[in-house]
Amino acid sequence: MSPAPRVRIQPADFDLSAEVAALRAGDGGVGAVCSFVGTVRDRTAGQPGAVSAMELEHYPGMTERAIEAMIDDAHRRFDLRAARVVHRVGLLQPLDQIVLVVVTSAHRGESFKGCEFLMDYLKTQAPFWKKETMPEGARWVDARVADDAALARWGLTAPNA
Amino acid sequence: MRMSTSEHTITVRYFASLREALGVQEAVAVVEGSSLGQLRDALIARGGAHAQALARGRAMRCALNQVMADEATVVPAGAEVAFFPPVTGG
Repeated sequence: MSPAPRVRIQPADFDLSAEVAALRAGDGGVGAVCSFVGTVRDRTAGQPGAVSAMELEHYPGMTERAIEAMIDDAHRRFDLRAARVVHRVGLLQPLDQIVLVVVTSAHRGESFKGCEFLMDYLKTQAPFWKKETMPEGARWVDARVADDAALARWGLTAPNA
Repeated sequence: MRMSTSEHTITVRYFASLREALGVQEAVAVVEGSSLGQLRDALIARGGAHAQALARGRAMRCALNQVMADEATVVPAGAEVAFFPPVTGG
């Protein structure tokens, strides 16, 4: 039986608890599990309630491959036992889940760092693009300078722009 | 004396706002040995929607055969190239 995929790109929602259970399954060496969930906000700067929908586009093939490489990098940098990323695509609504990162390790330090590293990396290098629907029409979200700065903390200097 | 130039065809894919401006993808003839930067310049030189969407000064990333690449990278025959705005996933 082939191992479960480390990266899934899908329109369907995910269940955090089920994903954690699957990642931990049978691994008695796991002492720490760390997860991150990103969700759709209904607002953008200074305009609460303005965002009614969000569309996620991706580059099939490249997106999976890019995140797989990030997970490989995370394993080289941190003593992780396993890692998994699920990222939704398609049309999402405010309050929907967008992305899940789960990592396991023996002790908590590595999991905390591995999880944050993967999110910082994904935010600046994984080929996805968000389009928000506002009252005045749909607009593409701009990449945030803060995300590039977050990536630099890990010694990675490939900027988004 | 004019040197003969060898050309090959590649596929260029566009995403997000570039896709809306230029379409999903197109076949492009490129001079052998061209870099991604030279390819971008050649597309800009077409004028119109290409010149506007790919203009220098607009933040842009590119990929070669589904791996992020910089503009100095040479484009081989049969390659899949992609141009897209800075990513906004997660």
